[in-house]
Parts: sequence; C-alpha cells; structure tokens
Amino acid sequence: MTAENLTTVPHVDRPPPLPARWTQARILGTTLLCLWAAAGLGLIYFLVRSWNPDLLHRYAPNYLSGLWVTIQLVVISIIIGALLSIPIACGRMSKNRIWSGLAYGYVYFFRGTPLLAQTFLVYYGLGSFRHQLDAIGLWTFFRDAWYCALFAFSLNTAAYQAEILRGAIESVGKGQWEAAKALGLSRIQALRKIILPQALIVALRPYGNEIILMIKGSAIVAIITVYDLMGETRRAYSRTFDFQTYIWAAIIYLAIVEALRNIVDWIERRITRHLQR
Amino acid sequence: MTDYRTLLSFGPEGWGDDIAAGVLVTVALALATLPFGLAIGFLVALAKQSGEKTLRLAGNIYTTVFRGLPELLTLFLVFYGAQIGIQQFVRLFDAKATVEINSFVAGMVALGAVFSAYASEVFQSAFRAIPNGQYEGGYAIGLSKLQTMRLVILPQLIRIALPGLGNLWLILLKDTALVSVIGLADILRQTGIAARVTREAFLFFGLACLIYLALAILSSIAFGAIERWSGKGGVQR
Repeated sequence: MTAENLTTVPHVDRPPPLPARWTQARILGTTLLCLWAAAGLGLIYFLVRSWNPDLLHRYAPNYLSGLWVTIQLVVISIIIGALLSIPIACGRMSKNRIWSGLAYGYVYFFRGTPLLAQTFLVYYGLGSFRHQLDAIGLWTFFRDAWYCALFAFSLNTAAYQAEILRGAIESVGKGQWEAAKALGLSRIQALRKIILPQALIVALRPYGNEIILMIKGSAIVAIITVYDLMGETRRAYSRTFDFQTYIWAAIIYLAIVEALRNIVDWIERRITRHLQR
Repeated sequence: MTDYRTLLSFGPEGWGDDIAAGVLVTVALALATLPFGLAIGFLVALAKQSGEKTLRLAGNIYTTVFRGLPELLTLFLVFYGAQIGIQQFVRLFDAKATVEINSFVAGMVALGAVFSAYASEVFQSAFRAIPNGQYEGGYAIGLSKLQTMRLVILPQLIRIALPGLGNLWLILLKDTALVSVIGLADILRQTGIAARVTREAFLFFGLACLIYLALAILSSIAFGAIERWSGKGGVQR
C-alpha cells in the first residue's frame, strides 16, 4: 500500500469511544477528591482568615533560621554517616568473623532502636560519665544539645547507609569482579571503576529515601532543645497558641520532601538512560 | 554507688514494674495501630491501582501528605489540631466545655495514618507482582469481583507483601517512642522519669534501647515464623 492510498482512505470503522459513565468507582473517586479539595480550601481559608502580618514579621526569621539548622544538621550528619558507613559496610562483607559480627551488631543496634531513644541516650545518658568525659576533654562537646544530636544522627545514619552500600555492592554480579580480575585490575581499581558505578545506580533511590528519612527524623531534636524548624515551631506555638504555626511547618516540610523526591526521580531517569528502551 | 539490682527490681524501691507497664503500653499502641493501618493502607492501595483516574489521584494525595510530613509533626497536628477542632465544635453547644484528647488515641491516629501511607506502597507493589491472568482466571470460573479478590488475589498478595509489612511493623514499633512526647506513659517516658529521679540516665536509657531491641528481635522471629507458614503450599516466588 502506498502512502497515497493511506491518506485517501475515506473512513475507518473504529469502535466509538466508550461513554464516560458515572461508575461507582468514579463517583467514589470524585467524592474523595472533593473531600481533599474541601480540606485544601479549608486550610487556605484558615490561613487567610488568621493572616497576621505581625506574627509573620516576628516569626518568619525564626522559621528561616530553624530551617537552616535543620539543613545543617541533616547535611553534616549525612556526610559523617557516609564516611563512617564505608568501614562498617566493609566489616559487614568481610570474611573475618569478628569484624562482620561487630559490624552486624552495630547495624542491628542502630536500626532496631528508636532514633529518639538513641538521642536521649547520648544527650542525657552520657551525662552520667561527666567526670570521665571531663578528664579526656570531651565534656564541652557532649554538653551541647546540638553536638549530641549531630553525634547520634551521624551514628544512626551510618548504620542505615552501611546497609544501603552493602546491598548495592552485593547486587553487582560476581562475574563483574571476575572479569575485572581477568583484565588485571587490582581490587581497588575494580571497585572504583567497575563495581561502584553500577552499584550507585542501585543505591541512588535508597540514599534519597535515607536523606528524606533524616529530614523527617531531624524534627525530634526539638525535644532536646535544639531550635531547628520543629523547635522554632514549638516555640512559636507555645508563645502564641496559634495553630497556624504548625500548619506553616507542615507546608515547609512537605515542600522540601516533595522537592527532594522529584530531584531523585530526575537523577535516576538521567543515569539509567542507557537501560531504557 | 547505687545498687543496680534494687533500681531495676519490681518492688516499691525499684523501677522494674513501671518500666514493664511502659512496655505493655508501647506494645498495645503498636498492636492497636496495626489493624487500622493495614486496612486503610489496603484500601488506599486499591484506590491507587484502580482504573479510575480520580480514585488514583485521591490515593496519591493521601500517600504524598502522610509520607512527606515528619511523624512528630503529624502527631502534633493530630493532638493539638483535633483538640482545637473538637473544642470549637463542642463550644457551639456548650460555651465552657474543654476537650482533652487522649494521647493514646492521638498516637493511634497519627501513627496509623503514617503506617497506612507506607503500607499502601507495599500493597501496591504487591498488586503489580500479581499477573492479570489471576483475575481473569477468577472471573472465568464464575467468581464475582469480591470473591476473586478474597479467594484468589488476597492470599497471594499477603504472601508477597509480608516482608515489606514486617519492615513497616518494626518502623511502627520504633515510632511509638514519639508518643512519649505528648505524655503517653510508654517505655521511653517511664525510663525517662526513672532517669530523672535516680540520676542514672545512661542505665535507664540504655535499658530502654535494649527493650526496643528485644521487641525488634521478637518481632523478627515471629515474622520469620509467619513467612514460613504462609510460604507453605504455595509457589515460591
């Protein structure tokens, strides 16, 4: 058939499009959407009605500084955790019973207990060893809530990141190691040039999730008197008893988490372009 | 030098009984949240994988909201927000009424919302793992939609979703610690009181960590048993 014929075909019998009927599912879905819309509009109405330039003027700088504290806390502890996670992941994969046992115990402890309990253990618990800490000059470090939070968060995220790293490295096939060896690459070279580039694709999404979990988890430092975004929110609420303080915090957290999720999605799409068909 | 054995004993001198009560509260809260979280999570997953666009959107908004908010903030929103909301509602009828929300119920609602948002993701990926032929086979032998879901899909779905749900249960168990902040007498609050009174903070918070660890280990053993039991008589995937 030539192209001419194709274009001159006068009429093709196609089944008519299905009428968009109001099925049960559609009615339910529309009702639920209306409920969400009502909730959203109610929220906007609430915020507009309780709009108070005085409040904004007073607390907006506090929120910004709180947000900055949150970001600092998350970024620094993620970086320290990433550094710590390398030896732990090596320990988990090592054939030495003692090393792998120690690493396993570390990971199990930090993944099996609540971050809040760990933070309390560091902030309040280490106070029991005040004299010993004083003797080695670490007391000024552990006296400060901010450093305690940083310490607890770094150890916690190190355990999670070690598991991500280990899972990603083990997801790369054994043949890749063998092929690298056959080419005469050393173990380090093989890891750096062959294994890690493949492993990081697998690890990207869990890493993104870990960062999101840390941002959400960092809200608990407000309990040990660090004025992060949550801490500033609590302070603003306890002074004004105005519920919109919490709503603003929710909006900020939601915006950050959604932005991060979309960024991770975008990066993943880009670095897996060679896998798409 | 304090005697640790007296501190941890169950008598009037020791804190053992208070902490044991806290363990019960923590376990009760987690167990009470679980069925609601599972049921809502399943319904949201159903909505998210339905053919209807509006239902999918409504389900996705639910997960986006409750997965994106910090658990602590969700808890405060429920605790203070519901208190203010219900109070204003009650004031319509009785001008001097004050409402106090039970922290157990607030914790259940907040943790249940977070749990169900994550559970819906687990269920949704399990739904994707079940081939279409299973539905078609169910319809072909004359089962109704509901029967197909109950007799054909659900047994397979649960088997696929179990490992993911096990992880979520461990997360839920850990998240119950947050409810101590709004005054529920759970493990962390009881050990915190003991730590403040006795000035043995490291001992008691360390003990709290060990109790959570023990609960996690017990849960993994239980989940291992459930997985072996549910894996019986089915095709291994």
